[in-house]
Amino acid sequence: MLNIQPRIESSKAMVWCSPLIAIILTMLVSSLMFILLDVRPQQAFEVFVIMPLSDSYNLGELMVKAAPLMLCATGLAICFRANIWNIGAEGQLLIGAVVSSYFAVQAGEDAGISSIMLILLSGMLAGAFWAAIPTALERFFKTNIILSTIMLNYIGLYTLLWAVHGPLADPQGYGFPESAMFAEAVMLPLIQEEGRASVSILIAIFIALITGLVLFKTLPGFIVRVYGEEQAAARYAGFSSNKVVWGVMLFAGALAGFAGSAEVMGPIGQLIPSVSPGYGYAAIIVAYLGRLNPFGIIISSLFMGCLYMGSDLAQIELGLPTAITGLFQGVLLFFMLACDFLINYKISFTSKKVFSKPLKATLINNI
Amino acid sequence: MTALIEQGLILPMAKSSLLELWNVSKIFPGVIANDNVNMSLNEGEILALLGENGAGKSTLVKMIYGVNKPDTGAIFWHNREVNIDSPNQARAMGIGMVFQHFSVFETLTVQENIELGLDKEFVDQLSDLRQEIVEISKKYDLHVDPDRYVHSLSIGERQRVEILRCLIQNVKLLILDEPTSVLTPHEVSGLFRVLKKLASEGSSVLFISHKLKEVTELCDRAVILRGGVVTGECIPAQETPESIARMMVGSETELSENYPKKRSEESIFTTTYLTLLPTNPFGCGLTDVSLTLRKGEILGIAGVAGNGQEDLLAALSGEDTRADKANIVFAGKEIGKLNAGARRKLGMAYVPADRLGQGAVPEMTLTNNTLLTNTTALIKNGFILGSKLKALANEIIVDNKVKCHNQSSQAKSLSGGNLQKFIIGREVQQAPIVLICAHPTWGVDIGAASAIHRQLIALRDQGAAILIVSEDIDELFVVCDRLTALYEGRLSHIVETEKTNIEEIGKWIAGGFIQQKEVDHA
Repeated sequence: MLNIQPRIESSKAMVWCSPLIAIILTMLVSSLMFILLDVRPQQAFEVFVIMPLSDSYNLGELMVKAAPLMLCATGLAICFRANIWNIGAEGQLLIGAVVSSYFAVQAGEDAGISSIMLILLSGMLAGAFWAAIPTALERFFKTNIILSTIMLNYIGLYTLLWAVHGPLADPQGYGFPESAMFAEAVMLPLIQEEGRASVSILIAIFIALITGLVLFKTLPGFIVRVYGEEQAAARYAGFSSNKVVWGVMLFAGALAGFAGSAEVMGPIGQLIPSVSPGYGYAAIIVAYLGRLNPFGIIISSLFMGCLYMGSDLAQIELGLPTAITGLFQGVLLFFMLACDFLINYKISFTSKKVFSKPLKATLINNI
Repeated sequence: MTALIEQGLILPMAKSSLLELWNVSKIFPGVIANDNVNMSLNEGEILALLGENGAGKSTLVKMIYGVNKPDTGAIFWHNREVNIDSPNQARAMGIGMVFQHFSVFETLTVQENIELGLDKEFVDQLSDLRQEIVEISKKYDLHVDPDRYVHSLSIGERQRVEILRCLIQNVKLLILDEPTSVLTPHEVSGLFRVLKKLASEGSSVLFISHKLKEVTELCDRAVILRGGVVTGECIPAQETPESIARMMVGSETELSENYPKKRSEESIFTTTYLTLLPTNPFGCGLTDVSLTLRKGEILGIAGVAGNGQEDLLAALSGEDTRADKANIVFAGKEIGKLNAGARRKLGMAYVPADRLGQGAVPEMTLTNNTLLTNTTALIKNGFILGSKLKALANEIIVDNKVKCHNQSSQAKSLSGGNLQKFIIGREVQQAPIVLICAHPTWGVDIGAASAIHRQLIALRDQGAAILIVSEDIDELFVVCDRLTALYEGRLSHIVETEKTNIEEIGKWIAGGFIQQKEVDHA
């Protein structure tokens, strides 16, 4: 008989085992999926896991995918820790990309390191501004932050489309919806001889480490964690809710905006409609897979980058559609949420006990 | 036993047995709630089930009422073995129960509430529910008006609605879980009259309590539980509250004593004409609350829940900063607009009403919960001083004998009493100038309650000013130097504990001081 019991204390081991169980279950289910698609699971496994890690070009591409995921997920994890459901990393990333592109196309070959810094900063500020809109709405009018951030993702996307069709369209671009290529001088430095991986992956890892330190070892991090767990306790302790909500939202917005800037100034080199293949949404899964822990997110974003790479390779090698990435992500998130149940509940298999009838006891008042 | 029979205190087998429990055990994960409990209850008997928190009283009655099923053992009803599968079945057998937290709908009338709690067939059987309510209400002196809306009723009146709901189904056994903890002394004596009348008509009453005085006054017999085991049985009329308390807590625990009262003149914390609108539709807010708290004294605010305690506590602690700046003054500073953190920095501390979720973060460890109100001392340049924090958490746990696995235990894994010991220890350890303390021993067992009392007295003797809001009048008389009462958001004048008595304060918490104030002014 299946027996489910609440745990007296949350299981620490399960906090980290749950994503592993989820990954294993996802692999099992996707094997089934591959069999239905007439692909041998071993072959698929090779394409999705081994090939992305096999040569330096693929590794570089993996880091290209992982950097924006890591940046967005770090910001989101802090929001989720504070119990604020910011689903708007995608929009914040896109707006960051648009605004920094606006400045980047104006820069010439004589631009220096300070121009790069300013353009990155403009992207961060734009992302933070995009996050400030739902925050202000929530603070002053009590709107639902989930809905307003999702809606702003669409507005962000259409702002991008408008920009590439109109003001930022390349004058010599024959009407293609894309900006002119940026000058070499405003591109982020690469970390490999070949390939496209830029310093943004190093910056992302650095930011994740610092964020982890702040979250677990400093007062602001503690305040965020308390606020997320129990608002009443935060009020009791005298922590300001305004500071927390504004702080985490602007932080997440700035990181997503930075990710957008780094995309256009790094691997892409111009503003195009498909700046992000849904990094802002995938980052939600990455954040959870990394247990809302910035250190864990470094690993989970590399894993998710591997999945993105794998699906690119699967298109080429196996002729599978890109939709497979979305399927993977969906199945993975599904199992993640299901496995998190094990953190607070214990499942055991018991055989039904048979109790023997007790003997009649001597009752005190029968004396 | 024979001696008692000779004295005529109990009649041998004159009353037939209504309910018997044989070797009933109930095991929850990690704890044996009831361990081979044997108990019997006769018709027309009022039986007290005594025990500290976590002794297994509630689990036991929940098994009788069909909420839980025993793991082993058997229940006999009228000498026949029964399986009570659900509260519905229990009600059909004639068992009624009034829970500690009432299950009434505030937006409905009394009659609608009673009707909702009854089986449909039963309601169809009745010719006129309204008439029935009026008759039973009259018969037992319950003063329940079927047409009133429940939100307009006091807690005592709501409880009478719950009792009436049981009576209307002709209960043979009425179970009451700590019924007096929310009542004024006047309401308590009213309740006892009803219960005695019920017993005289042959119904049995199972009365759960940890208030020994009441048990002595009301009950024919008492069964004492400790750690899930029946540790004794007695005739309360032949015992003193002290001797029963011993049976409940065992021999090792220190009990509360009489503490000398203190007087002082130097005021440290005042509110003047503090008036706030209620924060929820059924609250009452605060009206012209003026009080002065002096150094080295304990001021007690008595009152029944729902008379503005929550609003008052939030305003005093700084969780609610709606008050005007000058309404609240602490050590010469106007602090009405400061939040709880800023007030704590000035030297105030606060033990809130809600332990889990306000006073402590349930999912966090005791170490992190220590940091919650110690951020000033344990943070340097923004960084948490890890080893100092661990040492302090450990000190609080050890000094206050908090029972827990270790300091990495989550707050939610502690029992209510242990968590309260931890929270009070954490606040007292800061050596505050003013401590605001809500319901210090609510739901805490006698042993822990005495420890908490001693701690508060020690803090007072160090010169701190302490304000206690409590529903437990007996407790306030034990620890407080001066007393006042809160009724519908208004505060009575403050009186020295030695110059008043329970009857007077009892009248005040029912609003008796309002006319008196008017007379005083006239």
